Amino acid sequence: MNPDSRGRYGSYGGKFVPETLLPALAELEATYLQCREESSFWAEFQDYLSQYSGRPTPLYPARRLALKLKRTELYLKREDLNHTGSHKINNTLGQVLLARRMKKKRIVAETGAGQHGVATATVAALLGMECQVYMGEEDIRRQRLNVFKMKLLGAEVIPVHSGSCTLKDATNEAIRDWVANVDDTYYLLGSVVGPHPYPMIVRDLQTVIGREARTQILEATGRLPDRIYACVGGGSNSIGIFYPFLLDQGVELIGIEAGGKGVGTGRHAASLTAGRPGVLHGSLSYLLMDEDGQILPTYSISAGLDYPGVGPEHSYLKEKGRVRYETVTDRDALEALTLLCQTEGIIPALESAHALAGALQEAKEFPDNQLVIVNISGRGDKDVPTLAGKIGVER
Amino acid sequence: MNRVAAKFAELSVLGKKALIPYLMAGDPSVDVTLKMMEVLEENGADLIELGIPFSDPLADGPVIQKATQRALKNGFRMSKLFPLVEAAVKVISLPIVLMAYYNLILQYGTERFIQEAMEAGVGGLVIPDLPPEEAGEISRIALECGIALNFLTTPVSTPMRIKKAAMASTGFLYLVSVRGVTGERRSLSLELPVLVKKIKRVTSLPVAIGFGVSCPEQARELASLADGVIVGSAVVNRMVNDNPETSYREVGAFIRSLRQAINKEDILKEQRTD
Repeated sequence: MNPDSRGRYGSYGGKFVPETLLPALAELEATYLQCREESSFWAEFQDYLSQYSGRPTPLYPARRLALKLKRTELYLKREDLNHTGSHKINNTLGQVLLARRMKKKRIVAETGAGQHGVATATVAALLGMECQVYMGEEDIRRQRLNVFKMKLLGAEVIPVHSGSCTLKDATNEAIRDWVANVDDTYYLLGSVVGPHPYPMIVRDLQTVIGREARTQILEATGRLPDRIYACVGGGSNSIGIFYPFLLDQGVELIGIEAGGKGVGTGRHAASLTAGRPGVLHGSLSYLLMDEDGQILPTYSISAGLDYPGVGPEHSYLKEKGRVRYETVTDRDALEALTLLCQTEGIIPALESAHALAGALQEAKEFPDNQLVIVNISGRGDKDVPTLAGKIGVER
Repeated sequence: MNRVAAKFAELSVLGKKALIPYLMAGDPSVDVTLKMMEVLEENGADLIELGIPFSDPLADGPVIQKATQRALKNGFRMSKLFPLVEAAVKVISLPIVLMAYYNLILQYGTERFIQEAMEAGVGGLVIPDLPPEEAGEISRIALECGIALNFLTTPVSTPMRIKKAAMASTGFLYLVSVRGVTGERRSLSLELPVLVKKIKRVTSLPVAIGFGVSCPEQARELASLADGVIVGSAVVNRMVNDNPETSYREVGAFIRSLRQAINKEDILKEQRTD
């Protein structure tokens, strides 16, 4: 569905931002609505996706892993094989074309795990734009490789010391920067969060994942899948793969949130599972907050899921009951990651390992002959230092 | 007429410009905030903008962000807000305008928030992340309760947006002087005089200018352009002391100097019109 004129999905979404940004959001919306009607815009986007990022990404039948699941046919959507190592490039390639159309010279972005930061630095280099990426100090520490990559690509990485020093705070700083430099700066938001029209734009650009997967699964098996699993932080890879299947009522869609140490411990990032609706970063959606509405610190082993909010369309899909949202813990995600490495030779990102863990857990209760797709949103190179610490691979 | 509009009307009759200092509630403690409000009144403030600490203050620069963190760390809770206002209105007569990020109001319950604000004696409300088009419900309730809603307008607002903000405002129009977040600036934007003229063409509402005011000279300049001056970070910065007595003294002296500078402008203007 498209949001209404106020940018709402049901009661979620909207534009809760400082007045300074409203003209910029209106300009972005007008530009995007115009581009959306132009076949030349999509043709150029498609060219970059195929020639630069290597799309379509494969839909890979994971046969050895499926042996562990009994009577299940398992396919992995290999977004990890994109240029820069994750689905994030789908969005940044599309938005940088919008930025160019709007004649902006400079790009700012926020990043958590650094995947969106790298994807942004990459497209800025590609089109010759100045690029600054805000990143929480805590994330800089746990994602050094991506920090180095961004610098190598010519971007400046600005450490954020405020608040909890993670993605939420980096987003605050990126928005503050945008408010101050709104005339010449494009804010390249990395997920389906933020004020309208961002959730709609990012979703539209990410639906390439689901459109490809739909064609590919029909080609490979002659039928639609029974279930699709994807991880949900802000929710861009999940909405990207879910969206083209929303009208297929027989396809069950499952979003997996970061359960951290367990939802009961309070140390997690499961906004849809344990939060309630509130306003952060420009939109109304499920949030983790205290009784007063102060945003709570979140925790996940995966920096890319470590965010107290979620895209407004996910809140809507939860309310409608079209998507089911579940959580898996750090430990489950690590186990799933190791299993995928050792059965298929694929090192997934910790984020994507959550989606796989969700599927593995539920597989115990699957009826016979289930056809399942898991979105492997990114590759795990960036997580190797974390993994080495956690599972002691170095021994 | 609500208390904020009444105050501006009263000042206008006297030919005076409004001096509106900002405090963060609970920074460093609710007791100091209360005492500080008295200091502000004694030294010549006309209204007080009282910020409510929010974990993610998107429109604020580093000084007010830190004040937020101090207040929250020192135990500020929403349950302390209206008792603070109630205590304040017993000792000062200035209208209090709350500055609240929208999520705090939403979680409190919009109706309950406005109702309790009215009972406590709040004069008005500024919500920096709530544009007029999202404010339908709160506008209706605030109007019923006589709480002034004051929307923001900026250097990048189109005439249509200025009009929208003015039409939704029932106290004053808050002109954000800069592109950017709150915090002191060395110099003021050269486009301000034109901007104020542009605003005055579409509304008769009082205009108060805020964001970036750092010294008496700037306050004087702004007072010459508009109906009021809001001073936030420069006040909050003078509160970072181990001993509150030092803060009272420093802030008191600063407010006095702002008042004198603004009054000088009032006198100059009287002489010019004579």
